[in-house]
Amino acid sequence: MPVLETRQLTVRFGGHVAVNAVSCAFEAGTLTAIVGPNGAGKTTYFNLISGQLLATSGAVMFKGEDITRLGPDKRTRRGIGRAFQLTNLFPNLTVLENIRLAVQARAREGVDLFSMASRHRDLIDQAQHYLERVALGGRARTHAAALSHGDQRKLEVGLMLALEPDIFMFDEPTAGMSVDEVPVILDLIDDIRRQGDKTILLVEHKMEVVRRLADRIIVLHNGTLVADGDPETVVALPIVQEAYLGIRPVAAHG
Amino acid sequence: MLDHILSGDRPRSRILAALLLAAFVCLALAPFLFPGTKALGVAARICIFIVLAASYDIVLGYTGIVSFAHAMFFGIGAYGVAIALNQMEVGWLAIGVGVVCALAISAVLATLIGFISLRLRALFFSMVTLAFASFALIVATQLRDLTGGEDGLTFSLPRMLSPGFRLLAEPLFGVRIDGRVITYYLVFAAATVLFLLMLRIVNSPFGRVLQAIRENEFRAQALGFSIVLHRTLAGVIGALMATLAGALLAIVLRYNGPAASMSFEIMVDSILLMTVVGGMGTLYGPMLGAIIIVLAQYYLQPGMALLSGVLTGIPILPRLFNPDRWLLWLGVLFVVIVYFFPTGLVGRLRERARTD
Repeated sequence: MPVLETRQLTVRFGGHVAVNAVSCAFEAGTLTAIVGPNGAGKTTYFNLISGQLLATSGAVMFKGEDITRLGPDKRTRRGIGRAFQLTNLFPNLTVLENIRLAVQARAREGVDLFSMASRHRDLIDQAQHYLERVALGGRARTHAAALSHGDQRKLEVGLMLALEPDIFMFDEPTAGMSVDEVPVILDLIDDIRRQGDKTILLVEHKMEVVRRLADRIIVLHNGTLVADGDPETVVALPIVQEAYLGIRPVAAHG
Repeated sequence: MLDHILSGDRPRSRILAALLLAAFVCLALAPFLFPGTKALGVAARICIFIVLAASYDIVLGYTGIVSFAHAMFFGIGAYGVAIALNQMEVGWLAIGVGVVCALAISAVLATLIGFISLRLRALFFSMVTLAFASFALIVATQLRDLTGGEDGLTFSLPRMLSPGFRLLAEPLFGVRIDGRVITYYLVFAAATVLFLLMLRIVNSPFGRVLQAIRENEFRAQALGFSIVLHRTLAGVIGALMATLAGALLAIVLRYNGPAASMSFEIMVDSILLMTVVGGMGTLYGPMLGAIIIVLAQYYLQPGMALLSGVLTGIPILPRLFNPDRWLLWLGVLFVVIVYFFPTGLVGRLRERARTD
């Protein structure tokens, strides 16, 4: 049984169909790259899965449960983690506090009104651990807003790691990062993959990254799923060459 | 130890720490430092408004919700005690019943307001709270048999709290320990405990989530926190604290009426200003704000009379400082503070401490 599945998933904004009847199943322990030109509906598809948007029709199934109508907080608690394309942090809190909140969100059920947050050493220690995993160990006391763009991207990913989800959704994790920072993120994704049981969804523009990491590629175009298969096959498809890579296959000229 | 009492939330500014310490000492020893009925009344009012403004800060400063219904909860607490002491046999039981009923009503209303807030954008939410507040005020003035209408209710307190009661035969340090002093210390102790409790709540894991929601609601929800639950709970906590402050007010005044606790003057001129002038989202800010504004409300007018007298003979100035113009000067004071210290007094003091 797939861990995550979308069935005829559709969302309309007025007359515009942003995601059109996308049916796709994701098996545990796989890394699927989602590619397509800008405006193809990749981020919208992500929003439908993680709950920031509600579908107009169709269904999202997670571990056999229909989660189509659940809000994003409930989906996160069920194990769907998301790192956003546009960095989305708590700007005036410290880097450590950003991560500590994510740890708290996962580790604590309900509300705790009467203990001191600063006395929960276990949460703070765990937060420190995740900071080190995203190479921000030295920036714990910096405010998130004061980080460089690359470090903010790392913190964004760190928040998702700290949630220890079953599904990791990376939305262009390396966008805008300098060349020497990219490997930190790629190694992290590799680490998660090697755990074996985690499912990774990756929206990424850099083809060499996709080829290196993906077990499977799906292609969205104008909100529709147009191709699905292993990387070599998909990349070779004329529609991908044309729609995504912008290369007109020689045959098409004739 | 101190860290534990303050829940690890240090003043983070030497000037602020000194001010807070001085305020605490003055309030703790008020009956001995400032003898006299008026001074003691002002001190009690300061204690009560510290709790009230701090409770509003949990709603306004920590969740960013602009509610105009806070005076309503204050009024519910005051009416709870006033009505119970009028309808039942005077005693601690009546006070207890009044407080518990008032807390229950406030909790229900605050929950209702919280759930409505989910469906509305910020501006409309504020409008709804305004409607709630108006409605409560109308109910309070129209249910004359129960509330005394516009005139309000006067009532007696348990013997121990009435002015005629003597705890000690001999005066202590020249001060007679009567029911008024006992009432003051009841209020002071309650205010201290409630303030420290609120300090704990905003520094708890729950309080950290409130800060996260204030910073970035979208992300807080994406991390798995329920916005509805946290906002509503913060609203209920704020409402309950305001209710308790209202109960204390009724006890100190031995009276309650719409103007004393539930009016829009209380909401805007006191609660909102204290929180904003002191510094939102700091809890210490509303404490400072409450002290400054209550003092101004009571002593600006006599102070100006004094100044005006000194300046007689000089043109214009005595007229400018005519005691009748005290509200004008209060207004000027607020505009100046809000304009120059947008983060409030505490925000400014902390910025200073950081740059030093």
